[in-house]
Amino acid sequence: MSATQPPDPVVPDPVGAGDRVSADTIAAPRVRRQRRIKAEHVRDYGIVVFAIALFVYFTIASSVFLTKSNLLNLVSQNATIGVAACAVTLTIIAGNFDLSLGSIFVLAEVLAAYVAVHWGVAWAFPIALLSGAAMGAINGLLVTKLRINAFLATLASALTFGGIAVGVTHGGLLITPASSAFTFIGQHSVGGVQYAVIIFAVVAIILQLVLAYTVFGRHLYGVGGNRDAARLSGIKVHRTVIITFVITGAACGLAGLIDASTTGSGSSDMSGLGGQLALLAIAGVALGGTSIFGGVGSVWRTVLGVLILGMITNGFDLLAVPDYWQDVVRGVLIIGAVAISSVVDRR
Amino acid sequence: MSATAVAPVRLVSIGKRYSGTKALDDVSVEVAGGTVHALVGANGAGKSTLGKIVGGVIRPDDGQLFINDRPVRYASPREARIDGIATIAQELSPVPQMSVIENVFLGIEPRRSGLVQRRQMRTQYDKLIAQWGFELDGHTKVGALRTADKQKVEILRAVASEARVIVMDEPTSSLTSVEIETLHRMIRALRASGRTIVYVSHFLDEVLDLADTVTVLRSGRLVRTGPAAKETEGSLVAGMFGVAAEAEHFEKPQGSTAPVLLEVSGLSRKGVLTDISLQIRAGEIVGLAGLVGSGRSELARAIAGADPIDRGTIAVDGTARHIRSPADAMAAGIAFLPESRKDDGLFMELSIASNTTFADVRSVASRFGVLRRGLERVKTRSLLNSLSVDPPNPSMRVASLSGGNQQKVLFARWLFRNPRVLILDEPTRGVDVAARAAIHRLINDLAAEGTAVLLISSEIEEVLGLAHRVLVMRLGSITREYGADPPLEAVMEAAFGLGGSTTR
Repeated sequence: MSATQPPDPVVPDPVGAGDRVSADTIAAPRVRRQRRIKAEHVRDYGIVVFAIALFVYFTIASSVFLTKSNLLNLVSQNATIGVAACAVTLTIIAGNFDLSLGSIFVLAEVLAAYVAVHWGVAWAFPIALLSGAAMGAINGLLVTKLRINAFLATLASALTFGGIAVGVTHGGLLITPASSAFTFIGQHSVGGVQYAVIIFAVVAIILQLVLAYTVFGRHLYGVGGNRDAARLSGIKVHRTVIITFVITGAACGLAGLIDASTTGSGSSDMSGLGGQLALLAIAGVALGGTSIFGGVGSVWRTVLGVLILGMITNGFDLLAVPDYWQDVVRGVLIIGAVAISSVVDRR
Repeated sequence: MSATAVAPVRLVSIGKRYSGTKALDDVSVEVAGGTVHALVGANGAGKSTLGKIVGGVIRPDDGQLFINDRPVRYASPREARIDGIATIAQELSPVPQMSVIENVFLGIEPRRSGLVQRRQMRTQYDKLIAQWGFELDGHTKVGALRTADKQKVEILRAVASEARVIVMDEPTSSLTSVEIETLHRMIRALRASGRTIVYVSHFLDEVLDLADTVTVLRSGRLVRTGPAAKETEGSLVAGMFGVAAEAEHFEKPQGSTAPVLLEVSGLSRKGVLTDISLQIRAGEIVGLAGLVGSGRSELARAIAGADPIDRGTIAVDGTARHIRSPADAMAAGIAFLPESRKDDGLFMELSIASNTTFADVRSVASRFGVLRRGLERVKTRSLLNSLSVDPPNPSMRVASLSGGNQQKVLFARWLFRNPRVLILDEPTRGVDVAARAAIHRLINDLAAEGTAVLLISSEIEEVLGLAHRVLVMRLGSITREYGADPPLEAVMEAAFGLGGSTTR
């Protein structure tokens, strides 16, 4: 049986085939470094290059794009989505999903307006955050203790929360007294920078630091990357997962407060931002390159993803491109980003 | 007896790698038509992998599969089925919500203008079971059937689709001895009808009883293919395990009086473990031998808090411990290296440092849970050096290490905690020779420093080379206990439960 065989391809080191290359470049001798751009680099950093390219394109194409007020507007218009997206990044990295972002956002907004009317404006802030956190805790318990698939659990809780919001408002709007305190964070700015922008930046930075530099953040990657291994390493998986949902809920509550403060009212209308928040936020997460299957990703990627989507709206508006083209481009972009990463991973 | 002149199945220089480890290496086998061809080998020898390659379940990395002298490259079991090759897998695949008849004709339903001809299907089914002498109600839901009957469904499926080659992967592992007899009768009938059976099994008595030809594999390599009539259980065991396997032998202290570190008594889990009691002293390596399914891994998982237990107590260092989760076991000083580093052990996308410190990240963090990455790197690097992980680069991703180095990283995670009791389930599975020797030395050194070690391995040489005492498990109980260096044959026979042939 040996005579006719082709020579055995001797691999001196079993590291050989099938291994992924990104770490290889770290280990390899200096000579091999930076020899060429590999598929993994496109997957990991393509989105950064794309964001820069898009930025440069709009700067050249529109004279208004690269102005302080336009850029600040771009960010402040996406602040609510951004806050929700940064938080849900943690849930997704830990291997779960949350479709209830918009409903938590709406109910928290309505509750904030309600207490502002009935108890006083000072209550709006804590109630928005706490009600959001409580709704997140419910999601977390459904997913862990009742073992309901996160997709279904949050789909169902979204319906419930949204329904309660309509009930609280009797199907309409809750207009708060024209108190300047209520519209403070939504309509005011410091040094030309809107408070919404500052809140978005602070939330993003804190969550990025938590993810990258804390024990809790490390545990999230472990739970999402290999749940069984995390449990065998002594991690309380349920508790970790519940905390991610609570953080996401609180962030959506904060986003709801920003929105209520901007419009000066609490609206239970799901046809606006509330109905789109979950999808837009998760689109931003996916576009940034955080894996929908968990274990991989980061908050700065999500910020980039959200801003790219925002840039498309803003830039195309400046260039007077019709709305429907914006949606088409955004959809194609998300498909492209996810496809690149899945094709690279499968090799 | 051969029905066709050309071999229906011919494998030439087949190679298959799983993340750097060779599951199969340069294996060539020719299966003659109308015969029962057995593939035997220890766990991890590659026999199932080879069977799956024939059945189109997995694709080889190297080499060529020929079916009826035609080179083929199957992307799925479905493509193999079109060529008349059916696989009856260890995990049976019928659709449980559908009836027996619907399962048998799944995908090959007699149909006219797109509609399934139910009556014709029933007639064909009756004809089939009459022809093969089966008793099986066609209208029962498959989910309600016993394993043996599910297997019949699979066999009927194979013959209904005119399969000429049937691959059976460990078909008897969950059958009673009566059911095994029935299955063997069916296999003989299939052979008599000119069909070819590729029979993957580690039950040597069955293989000798049934097969015309036997191929022996060891660690992914072909040992030999020859007529079954020329083999004995002894010759197969020698082939499977290698007479002169190079497992280093270590000095073993006798009659230790060191304090008992781990004491397990009366541990039971319904259907898995029965009344297990054992003691391990400080500095002692206790080896646990037994076949897959004997309960060795389940025992390890129970002690480590990974699986629940029904009864029994676990004491560490004289203190009874209530272990209900891995966190409890870790708090008691128990570390557990699970059998599958991929499924239960490593975080492939994370760095070596993250993997190493994962079970005790707090020790490299400040009081408020902020990681001290510099400290983490330093601590990881010194562990990597002492385990000779190559390359010793803490920020490298674990997925890009070789199997042996991945295993060392998993070791590093548990050594990082300085455990008092170390439970090792298959610590050298799928690692190369050098890493294996290094891991063996490491285990021996850890014991010398006073760690109590429970060592589980499918490779008996590994157990014998290291263990100060050897326990043999079979059917969820500890059936034999030996001191240091028991004769290999005795341990093998105890593990196989020889003497009572196929009684299980």
